[in-house]
Amino acid sequence: MPIEAPDLSLAALAPLLFVFGAACIGVLVEAFGPRDSRHPVQVAVALVGTVGGLVATLLLAGTREVTAGGALAVDGAGLFLQATIAGLGALSLLLFAERNLDPARSAFVVSAAVPAGSVRDRELLTVQRVQTEVYPLATFAIGGMMLFVTANDLLIMFVALEVLSLPLYLISGLARRRRLLSQEAAVKYFLLGSFASAFFLYGLALVYGATGSVQLGAVREAVAAGETDTLLVLGLALLIVGLLFKASVAPFHTWTPDVYQGAPTPVTAFMAACTKVAAFGAILRLLYVAFGTEEWTWRPLVYGVAIVSMVVGAVLGLTQTDLKRMLAYSSVAHAGFLLTGVLGFPGSGDPAGTGLPAVMFYLLAYGLTTLGAFAVLTLVRSGDGEATHLSQWAGLSQRSPLTAAVMSLFLLALAGIPLTSGFTGKFAVFRAAIEDGAWPLALVALLASAVAAFFYLRVIVLMYFSEPAADGPTVGVPGLPTTIVLAVTAAATLVLGVVPGAVLGLADRAAIFVG
Amino acid sequence: MTLTHYLVLAAILFTIGAVGVLVRRNAIVVFMCVELMLNSVNLTLVTFARATGTIDGQIMAFFVMVVAAAEVVVGLAIIMSIYRTRRSASVDDANLLKY
Repeated sequence: MPIEAPDLSLAALAPLLFVFGAACIGVLVEAFGPRDSRHPVQVAVALVGTVGGLVATLLLAGTREVTAGGALAVDGAGLFLQATIAGLGALSLLLFAERNLDPARSAFVVSAAVPAGSVRDRELLTVQRVQTEVYPLATFAIGGMMLFVTANDLLIMFVALEVLSLPLYLISGLARRRRLLSQEAAVKYFLLGSFASAFFLYGLALVYGATGSVQLGAVREAVAAGETDTLLVLGLALLIVGLLFKASVAPFHTWTPDVYQGAPTPVTAFMAACTKVAAFGAILRLLYVAFGTEEWTWRPLVYGVAIVSMVVGAVLGLTQTDLKRMLAYSSVAHAGFLLTGVLGFPGSGDPAGTGLPAVMFYLLAYGLTTLGAFAVLTLVRSGDGEATHLSQWAGLSQRSPLTAAVMSLFLLALAGIPLTSGFTGKFAVFRAAIEDGAWPLALVALLASAVAAFFYLRVIVLMYFSEPAADGPTVGVPGLPTTIVLAVTAAATLVLGVVPGAVLGLADRAAIFVG
Repeated sequence: MTLTHYLVLAAILFTIGAVGVLVRRNAIVVFMCVELMLNSVNLTLVTFARATGTIDGQIMAFFVMVVAAAEVVVGLAIIMSIYRTRRSASVDDANLLKY
């Protein structure tokens, strides 16, 4: 039987084309470019692609369109999240490109194929070359994330999930220092990640069997028409499990601390900021568009998982002595706060649900703050590597008042103190949950925030009120890329806390799903 | 053999794969169990395509195969790199990151 070509709106796809185009050019540069000039060229290509993607999403603002044969929904919420991912992705790429902090001028390995600890590896340790494949790989991951949040079809969602995951598995194993930790992180992330995507895929197959289609709109119609059957509920549960894994929501978070600690810090920053946005974008679209009429089926699940995630993140965060692991548990707790907002669904009973814009704003605010916090971690170094142990940060304010002040700002924002973006975000998601009648959840969230605030403030106390150790870490002078990242994220954290009105309004206007 | 038999077979294969991921210790075997899970999904998709009388399920099975192939490339590269360093592909030996 003949297969008709789907209608394709190239304009609506422009952001994706930009990013994927840059990634493909990056691969060609890797193949044909002379080795010495590859690094600056790769950085430029990746940045042009992601910034181009960001500009394209901004130009598309106001588009509401389902295109590519119903596979992609370019709508307000999709574009807002795409812009968030492209912007945070460009900032992460700047962190990747930092050349001033490490004595060997990059956080990435010279040659990933050389076994760690071998003679050849020691020879290469001081060589200033870099495995420049990280730039096209990261660009592919950004493209996959942008596809993920606009996918209007479970199959495309699965393909996008893999396009964003596979490069991430690789680049988390490319650290220059502590290569064993980095490789171990990559193996763990890969095995658990592919396990989770198999669950997503089985869920897809069951939903297809129950409804006869994998397009979100068609699924919604089939769900609304028929009764809830076991196959469909099972499929929905498996799909959600696959997505919650990516969003590092407890109890599917076990990979998060290990991978965040082992991966190179710029990659950790990238994962913490962008993957979270992408995963929650997909969760929102799946639950609101395809299963919006089934709210009472998924609501108890999301409710329970949100509580578990907040409690696990806050309590286990208390026991950490490594800053990267602490921020990983903080990311688990924040995933719980975000799920609180997901419950503020504008269902049939309460058309004024404010969950979607609240979660969108929270993702932007949290992404910028956590990216900044990890950027500060790259500055504090002892020996050749980064000083991530908590005790090494004692008295940091005396060594570098500015670094300590910036880090304190980010930690206060993560804790949700007023006048920072974290407070605005938390206020928005808790309000959405309360308006939807989920006040017990909001109460748990407040208690978890209080517990989590303790471990953020402990770092600040340590930096300001402890004597520095004699052989403490040094604070590196960042080059232009990291300086830009720190300035942008710190400014955004303050602005979104003091005058959030404009961005909140933008999120409100953009909070529309079509499809 | 009705279509239900195929679905039950696929569910059993998926379960064997999932249990294998949880109990086996060699990274390569764990990875093969993941592949078993993906292939059981292919069987499910093709069966449902037959049951609903559409070809979507068969097309999706092709997508899954391509993605699985890409996953093999990335996965084996990562497992190779850690094997060459440690001379072991056991997931129990990789234990530097914990708590």
